[in-house]
Amino acid sequence: MSTTVAKDVNELFNPEVRSEIDRWIAKYPPEWKQSAVMAALRIVQDDNGGWLTTELMNDVAAYLDMPAIAVYEVATFYSMYELKPVGKHKICVCTNVSCMISKADNIVEHLEKRLGISFGEVTEDGRYSLKEVECLGACGGAPMMQIGQQYYENLTPEIVDAILEGLE
Amino acid sequence: MANEVCLRTLDLERPWLLEQYQSRGGYEMLKKVLTEKTPPDQIIEEVKKSGLRGRGGAGFPTGLKWSFITRNAPGQKYVVCNSDEGEPGTFKDRDILRYNPHQLIEGMVLAGYAIGATRGYNYIRGEFWEPYERFEQALEEAREAGYLGENLLGSGFDFELHAHLGAGAYICGEETALLESIEGKKGQPRYKPPFPAHFGLYGCPTIINNTESLASIPMILEKGGEWFSDIGVKNSGGSKLFSISGNINNPGVFEIPMGTPFSQLLEMAGGMKDGRQIKAVIPGGSSAPVIPGDQMMELTMDYDAIAGAGSMLGSGAVVVLDDTNCMVKVLDRMSYFYHEESCGQCTPCREGTGWLYRVVHRIETGQGRQEDLDLLDDVAGKISGKTICALGDAAAMPVQGMLRHFRDEFQYHIDHKRCMVGAG
Ligand SMILES: Cc1cc2nc3c(=O)[nH]c(=O)nc-3n(C[C@H](O)[C@H](O)[C@H](O)COP(=O)(O)O)c2cc1C
Ligand code: SF4
Ligand code: FES
Repeated sequence: MSTTVAKDVNELFNPEVRSEIDRWIAKYPPEWKQSAVMAALRIVQDDNGGWLTTELMNDVAAYLDMPAIAVYEVATFYSMYELKPVGKHKICVCTNVSCMISKADNIVEHLEKRLGISFGEVTEDGRYSLKEVECLGACGGAPMMQIGQQYYENLTPEIVDAILEGLE
Repeated sequence: MANEVCLRTLDLERPWLLEQYQSRGGYEMLKKVLTEKTPPDQIIEEVKKSGLRGRGGAGFPTGLKWSFITRNAPGQKYVVCNSDEGEPGTFKDRDILRYNPHQLIEGMVLAGYAIGATRGYNYIRGEFWEPYERFEQALEEAREAGYLGENLLGSGFDFELHAHLGAGAYICGEETALLESIEGKKGQPRYKPPFPAHFGLYGCPTIINNTESLASIPMILEKGGEWFSDIGVKNSGGSKLFSISGNINNPGVFEIPMGTPFSQLLEMAGGMKDGRQIKAVIPGGSSAPVIPGDQMMELTMDYDAIAGAGSMLGSGAVVVLDDTNCMVKVLDRMSYFYHEESCGQCTPCREGTGWLYRVVHRIETGQGRQEDLDLLDDVAGKISGKTICALGDAAAMPVQGMLRHFRDEFQYHIDHKRCMVGAG
C-alpha cells in the first residue's frame, strides 16, 4: 500500500520561508490563518524558482490548516501564481490600452525576436519567460513591463536591450 | 491650485519619510483629535460637508458611507483601504503609496476613530512591490512613533493597521471580492445586500474606501470640509488626482480642482504628441464610455459634466487617443480584458463578455458580419444591470460608447475588411 506519510507541520519549508509566512499569519485574527494563504503561496513560489508544485500547495494547506482544494482554488484564480516552470526572469509585458496605443506591440515583437519565444513560453536555457499582462497601473510610463519586483517604464527596443543585458 | 491634498508633499526630497511628512504638519490632525477627544460624529459631519465622493470609481459620498456604521455596536469593526488600482488607465494610488504613505495611514486611523474600528487593512495589488515596501516602511515608522498600536498617544484608542498583498486579479478591486481575497479565498464578489457596513471583513461591520479617498481625510479635517468643497464645483467637492496617459507629451498624475477644463489638463500634460489631432478621450478608466475629442475639449473634469456627456468620471483615469488610432482595435483590446477578468460567477457576465470580445474581435480581423453591430448592442444590453457586481456593466459600457460615437468605423471594418484609419 502506498501511503503518503503525513508531514510534521513544523518541518515544512525552510526556516526563512516559515518565519516569513508566520509574519503574515500574525497580521490576521488567530482564527483566520487562511488569510495568509496568498502571501504563503507567493513566498513558497519565490523560494521555488518562481512556480508552484502540487506538493508545495499541499504543504501550504497543511501549514495553514486549510483543505488542499481551497489552496488550489486560490492558486488558479490569481494570475501571479505560476503552475508551470517559468524563466529565471519572468518578463511581464502590459498590452492594455494605454500601453497598446504607446506601441507596446513593438516591445513585444522585439522581445519575441530577441528571446526566440512567444507569450507563455520559456527560453531553452531557462533564463527568460514572457507573459502578457493586463494594466499594471503604470500607464503614465507606457509602454512598460515588469521583471521580478521591478517596473520598467517608457520602453523602447534599445532600452529593453539595455535592461536585459543588465540582468544577472 | 494644484497638489494641495494628497500630493501636497510631493515637492519634498523624500516625502515618504515620517520626519518629512511631519515637517508639513503631518499627524497633527490625529494628535488633535486624540487629545481633544473630538466627537466622532463631528468628524463624519466634516467629511460630509467636504463633498468628498469615493475616488475608487463609483463616486459614493464618503461621509454618508461612514454614517452607515453603527459605531456603538459591540464587536470588531474594520477600515479597509482599496489600493488594488486595477482599472486600466489608473495609476494615481501608486503615487500616494510611493510618495505620501503617511497621509494615507493618518487618514485610515482617523477613519477608524470616526467609525469605532480598531483594525485596518490596506489591500495593495500584488504587482505594486515598490509601493508596498514604501507603505510597510511607513507603517513601521508610524508604529514606532505611537501613531499605530495600542492606546495611541495615551488616548485609550487603539488602531492596528496591516498591508495585504493581492496576486493579480482585476476583480479584487470590487469591494466584496476584495474582502473575500483578504479572507484567503478566490476574489469572487458577494451578493449585496448585506453591504459591508453591516457584514464586511470576517463578517464584521467594515468601511472600504479608495486610497485617494482616505488620504484626503487629514487635510479635510485640518482645513475644514468647506475649504475642501470650495476647491471643487457643485456636486464635485475638492481636488482630484487625474491619471492622464495616451498619445500626449507629458503623461502623469495631476492633482487639480474638480471642474478644471479638460483642455487645461491636456495642456498640463504637454498637449498632443507629434502635433497630432485629438480623436477621442476615455475620461474615467477603461469602463467609462469614450467621448469624441472635440466634445471633450469643451468639458470640465467633474462628475456632472462628464456624466452629462454620457460617460463617467470614474477613477479619474484619462486616456487620450489621437487620430492614428483605430477604435475597433481599441475596443477589441478592452473587450478582451473584461472577458479575461470576469470571475465567471454570473451567466450574463461570463457568457456576455465572451460574446462581446469574440464579435468585436471578428470585426477587427475582417470577419465581421452586417448583423454584428446590432448583436453587440443587444449583448451589451443584456449584461447591463443583470449581474452581481459592476464588472458586467464595466464591460458593456465601453461597447455602447464606441458604437454610439464611432459606429462608422465599425461599419467600415465590416464593409472593407480593414481599418478606416492608416494603412492597417
Ligand atoms: C470590477 C471592479 C473593479 C474595481 N476596482 C477598483 C479599484 O481598483 N480600486 C478602487 O478603489 N475601487 C475599485 N472598484 C470600486 C470598489 O468596488 C469600491 O466602490 C471602492 O473601493 C469604494 O471606495 P470609495 O468609495 O472611496 O471610492 C472596483 C469596482 C468594480 C466593480
Ligand atoms: S458580474 Fe462578472 S465579475 Fe461580477 S460577479 Fe458576476 S461574473 Fe463575476
Ligand atoms: S495600460 Fe499598461 S500599465 Fe496601464
